[in-house]
Amino acid sequence: MSGTLLEINDLAVSFSTQGGEVQAVRGVSFAVGPGETVAIVGESGCGKSVTAQSIMRLIPEPPGRIKHGSIHLHGKDLASLTEKQMRNVRGKQIGMIFQDPMTSLNPTLTVGDQLTEGILTHEKMSQREANKEAIELLHLVGIANPDERLKQYPHQFSGGMRQRLMIAMALMCKPELLIADEPTTALDVTIQAQIIDLFKEIQEKTGVAIIIITHDLGVVAQIADRINVMYAGEIVEYGTVKEIFYQPEHPYTRGLLTSVPRLDGDRSQPLIPIVGTPPDLFAPPVGCAFTSRCKYAMKVCQAHDPEVTELSEQHYTKCWLQDDRVEKPY
Amino acid sequence: MAKKLVEVRNLKKHFEVGKGKILKAVNDISFDVYEGETLGLVGESGCGKSTTGKTIIRLYRATSGEVRFHGDDVHQISGKNMKDFNRKMQMIFQDPYASLNPRMKVEDIIAEGMDIHGLFKGKERQRRVFELLETVGLNKEHASRFPHEFSGGQRQRIGIARALAVNPEFIIADEPISALDVSIQAQVVNLLKDLQKKHGLTYLFIAHDLSMVKHISDRIGVMYLGAMMELAESEDLYDEPLHPYTKALLSSIPLPDPEVEETRQRTILTGDVPSPIDPPSGCPFRTRCPEAMDVCAEKKPQWLEVRPKHYVACHLFEPESQ
Ligand SMILES: Nc1ncnc2c1ncn2[C@@H]1O[C@H](COP(=O)(O)OP(=O)(O)OP(=O)(O)O)[C@@H](O)[C@H]1O
Ligand SMILES: Nc1ncnc2c1ncn2[C@@H]1O[C@H](COP(=O)(O)OP(=O)(O)OP(=O)(O)O)[C@@H](O)[C@H]1O
Ligand SMILES: [Mg+2]
Ligand SMILES: [Mg+2]
Repeated sequence: MSGTLLEINDLAVSFSTQGGEVQAVRGVSFAVGPGETVAIVGESGCGKSVTAQSIMRLIPEPPGRIKHGSIHLHGKDLASLTEKQMRNVRGKQIGMIFQDPMTSLNPTLTVGDQLTEGILTHEKMSQREANKEAIELLHLVGIANPDERLKQYPHQFSGGMRQRLMIAMALMCKPELLIADEPTTALDVTIQAQIIDLFKEIQEKTGVAIIIITHDLGVVAQIADRINVMYAGEIVEYGTVKEIFYQPEHPYTRGLLTSVPRLDGDRSQPLIPIVGTPPDLFAPPVGCAFTSRCKYAMKVCQAHDPEVTELSEQHYTKCWLQDDRVEKPY
Repeated sequence: MAKKLVEVRNLKKHFEVGKGKILKAVNDISFDVYEGETLGLVGESGCGKSTTGKTIIRLYRATSGEVRFHGDDVHQISGKNMKDFNRKMQMIFQDPYASLNPRMKVEDIIAEGMDIHGLFKGKERQRRVFELLETVGLNKEHASRFPHEFSGGQRQRIGIARALAVNPEFIIADEPISALDVSIQAQVVNLLKDLQKKHGLTYLFIAHDLSMVKHISDRIGVMYLGAMMELAESEDLYDEPLHPYTKALLSSIPLPDPEVEETRQRTILTGDVPSPIDPPSGCPFRTRCPEAMDVCAEKKPQWLEVRPKHYVACHLFEPESQ
């Protein structure tokens, strides 16, 4: 990869709760190059948002704690920055779109004030210049009458428009990396299609790299260059979008792909569900976390955690079936 | 052709929302549900899918129009027939977390309907609950637990067991899988399909995930802003959509296939869904329709069977505008 933008190495994050320690993220590593789109997919509670929040250093401590691992942006360790330096990274170098737009917009501030707040603290700029930038961005994200809209409050916007507003806000300081946590999940499909198109257009125009978190494989197929498949706090497979969709190796990835119907698919073909439920992150299994739901599980899977196998330059998986001594069942 | 089980005729459900304002949640829709089929109902948030379901099962009183079940007007049913109706038609709700009483044991949740209808008593009651738990892929040990001890998928199964308990003929499933993870959704959908085969059930399956609706439904109705825009057999609707809204909806749905997505031509709608309190005149879709004509603002399009078993409400298909 030519010049890595973001590099995450063996990241582990836990939360202490009344019930004990939740091991939300358990050794995650991946990299993002300039201008590329990396997706994180996986089911609810597998640690996608916690991974994103760790990059932004937004994990509430306590109860959260980064147990080990590192996150480097342009080779610089984010953990070594002061909170003040980190504030500069947030917003300026990395923009974030949060899972729930309403909780991250301030209902008492006008849209204009919210959009320009960041840029006014980061850059020497007059309110007028900042407004001009804001209007340009609202235009870019497809909000009509931007001059008027600046004076309005978030509740006067529809769900789809609020999501566009969030994107505009995240882009205000021209970040190199945009982290979008389920940016379309709350939206209707026709609005989702607009937003995905918008992401592509913005990336073309600004060259921003994107980490997109979603559970919708269709969205991933449309927008991602590379995919991380996460399960129970770990990345179980990583590859280019085509490797993941056409040569999936991990039984969980394979299961995800066969459990969703395709709009252009055959109705008589039954869906093949993944049986069972994800493991308890209070006491994750010693071996592979997917064992209890895996139709190919072997004895070794329960007892020992599998190593990461490199399948091609950019395709990795963490599964015992890749071991040379095992005859693969598929 | 199979027998009509449910007939919906010119159904309207309007809500008063203060200051004399009227919200037309369901605005003059007509369709039939045939015995043994699954009719899917799709459309964007707020288009009136749940309201349609709730008005059919009489959780809401219709503003006007008719719903017939076995030929009887459900809004006129009274006395002993009412109990019978309440048993034969059941609903599974959108939210598996909110729809189960947290203070009741699973056994009592499932048996509530049976108790009301005096269907199974004493030993029989427990045997029936165990049997139902097994039918939905749970086991009898689960009977004495409380809802919070279950995962989303398991709770949805409890909701299904509760609906099945009284031997219904017709089940309205309102987004039964939307709150579930994709890996769990397939389990519940397969279960619903199996149960249909075994018990000859009829479903009204409400969802906004068109891929899943197409997978489970024999026919699909597409709603927009309280109105039915198109209704056809699933394959037909997918292969040859007629309404510009259906076309846009279909082309908005991402396919889990990067190579197909690279070359796919898509129609992307602009703008937002208008408010149902102040809907556009004429055709409700005209403000976002890429093919809107003058007449669309003037007249509401008729609901026409333009091809065998393929209904559409759009001026493009009305005889005088062709
Ligand atoms: N502040 C917190 N306190 C305690 N536990 C937390 C906290 N934040 C997250 N967790 C736990 O960490 C795990 C991972 O959560 P995370 O939000 O990353 O999931 P996710 O993959 O984003 O899921 P979803 O798809 O539902 O958004 C979960 O078990 C969650 O309950
Ligand atoms: N009890 C009510 N009082 C007033 N308005 C209502 C009521 N129930 C529903 N509505 C309104 O009626 C319209 C249709 O709502 P409905 O719940 O039927 O939509 P839906 O198609 O099921 O949407 P979703 O996909 O979000 O579940 C919405 O505008 C909603 O706000
Ligand atoms: Mg999340
Ligand atoms: Mg609904």
